Amino acid sequence: MTATATSARSDLSELGRSETALRTFLHGLPGVDQVGAEQRAAQLGTRSIKTTAKAQAIDLAIRMVDLTTLEGADTPGKVRALATKALRPDPADPSCPHVGAVCVYPAMVPYVAEVLRGSGVHLASVATAFPSGQAPLDVKLADTRAAVEAGADEIDMVINRGAFLAGRYQEVYDEIVATKEACGDAHLKVILETGELATYDNVRRASWLAMLAGGDFIKTSTGKVPVAATPPVTLVMLEAVRDFRAATGRQVGVKPAGGIKTTKDAIKYLVMVNETVGADWLDPDWFRFGASSLLNDLLMQRTKLTTGVYAGPDYFTLD
Amino acid sequence: MSERVAVRKTYKLFIGGKFPRSESGRSYIVQDSNVSLASRKDARDAVVAARAAVKGWAGATAYNRGQILYRVAEMLEGRRDQFIALGVSADEVDAAIDRWVWYAGWSDKLPQVYGGANPVAGPYFNLSAPEPTGVVAVVAPAAPALLGLVSVIAPAIVTGNTVVVAASPAAPLAAVTLAEVLATSDLPGGVVNILTGKLTETVPTLAAHMDVNAIDLTGVTDAELAAELEVKAAENLKRVLRPAPADHDWYADPGVTRMTVLLETKTVWHPKGV
Repeated sequence: MTATATSARSDLSELGRSETALRTFLHGLPGVDQVGAEQRAAQLGTRSIKTTAKAQAIDLAIRMVDLTTLEGADTPGKVRALATKALRPDPADPSCPHVGAVCVYPAMVPYVAEVLRGSGVHLASVATAFPSGQAPLDVKLADTRAAVEAGADEIDMVINRGAFLAGRYQEVYDEIVATKEACGDAHLKVILETGELATYDNVRRASWLAMLAGGDFIKTSTGKVPVAATPPVTLVMLEAVRDFRAATGRQVGVKPAGGIKTTKDAIKYLVMVNETVGADWLDPDWFRFGASSLLNDLLMQRTKLTTGVYAGPDYFTLD
Repeated sequence: MSERVAVRKTYKLFIGGKFPRSESGRSYIVQDSNVSLASRKDARDAVVAARAAVKGWAGATAYNRGQILYRVAEMLEGRRDQFIALGVSADEVDAAIDRWVWYAGWSDKLPQVYGGANPVAGPYFNLSAPEPTGVVAVVAPAAPALLGLVSVIAPAIVTGNTVVVAASPAAPLAAVTLAEVLATSDLPGGVVNILTGKLTETVPTLAAHMDVNAIDLTGVTDAELAAELEVKAAENLKRVLRPAPADHDWYADPGVTRMTVLLETKTVWHPKGV
């Protein structure tokens, strides 16, 4: 893997100029050993993280949460409440850190921005015709600009899966480049929607494509299709960002999203990050969890560690 | 042909409708059988299973809950010999079966007796309805092994509560065998969860657990432990049922206290209009 990437080092920046070069490169990436990836991910999930290490992992995981609400039923009041929770996840305990970011639809960005201003909590907005991405490019770009103007400093875009699966890599590449430009200073997270990509090989190709085009983060899923983030998919993406940094020197973040509901799951992901890409990524700037119900479970486990008594969901806010 | 070797039974825990071993992997020996020694984490898992079962069980119709309790009685009837082989007397098995039937009959009657229309000084319909408390932790008495156990489980679940039962450390075999009866009685998984092992390991965890709504200390014989458990239970204002007196007669008419103490009354005021 690393060998291939290194040999391609010199011409990586040129790849986006032709469909053929892009295809040759992406299809030249080594295939993913499906059984191997699944076993490795499962094996890393068996590590036992206890006491002080667990407390540290829980606080880190809280700081990595992108507290998300992406519902048709979102109201200004609901997202304001969510943003308030992001600032002080556990009102009973001032030592509890704030979350990494709040993630909402573009229309809800202004309401969240009011609450988060100056707090250090990032404001992410999905854009580019989330979740399907099936809209003309100029509509997607307008969507992105609107979200940035309203105050979002992180944009979660979806790739054009239709084009990707049809093999039109250049089109996907150009869309990401254009969206990145529309983002301005805002960070761009590229959602691969791995549940629709069918194979780990495709996940690896899509990861490289997103990174080559300038994505600051690669994110597994929208949370709107049945198969969301899984440990093996995240492992493949972590390997991709590791190899990409080795090849280009640029570090890209990873965000698994959807289906991560318990502290146990979150800690398994942190173990995987540490073992695959190392401590450089164990930071909210480089690894995030896209989740909503995960936060309450983290808070309950945190309370268990500080009080010694098992907590109950009745004592934490409903999102 | 070699002589046949009998297959011995492993007595495991009963959590969420399944029979897992203790996560700690430990066991202890009672009447020449290996019995799981439940840990604090098994108690935690049992509460999660019990909580998950509350919605479906409390939401089931009273008639349906009653039918399921009758079904438990039927299944227990079919397994009489198993309990007798464990040393439970035939009279006690009969009494235990009758107790299921007695409580089953209460399922759709209790709300009528303990709820209803209240006369108030104003133009309102004022209605009270008893509702289940939620997750109840139960410490089962040591003797009588089967009748005592049934007499603490049935009144808690008939009204829609779910229970985590700490079986008596001295008499776990009847408890696990009763779990086999429950598992084959249409009772949804998680409504009854049974832990075997030392009370000092599991019960303090249950008493302190913030997601447990009531605790029944019937089987606690140590007064100091009972006091400690009550203190822990006070943290989230659990309903507490005090330990049973040593001379309690389990064969007598049980009365309705064990059911009513685990209920909460909801009262609704509704304007009468014209």
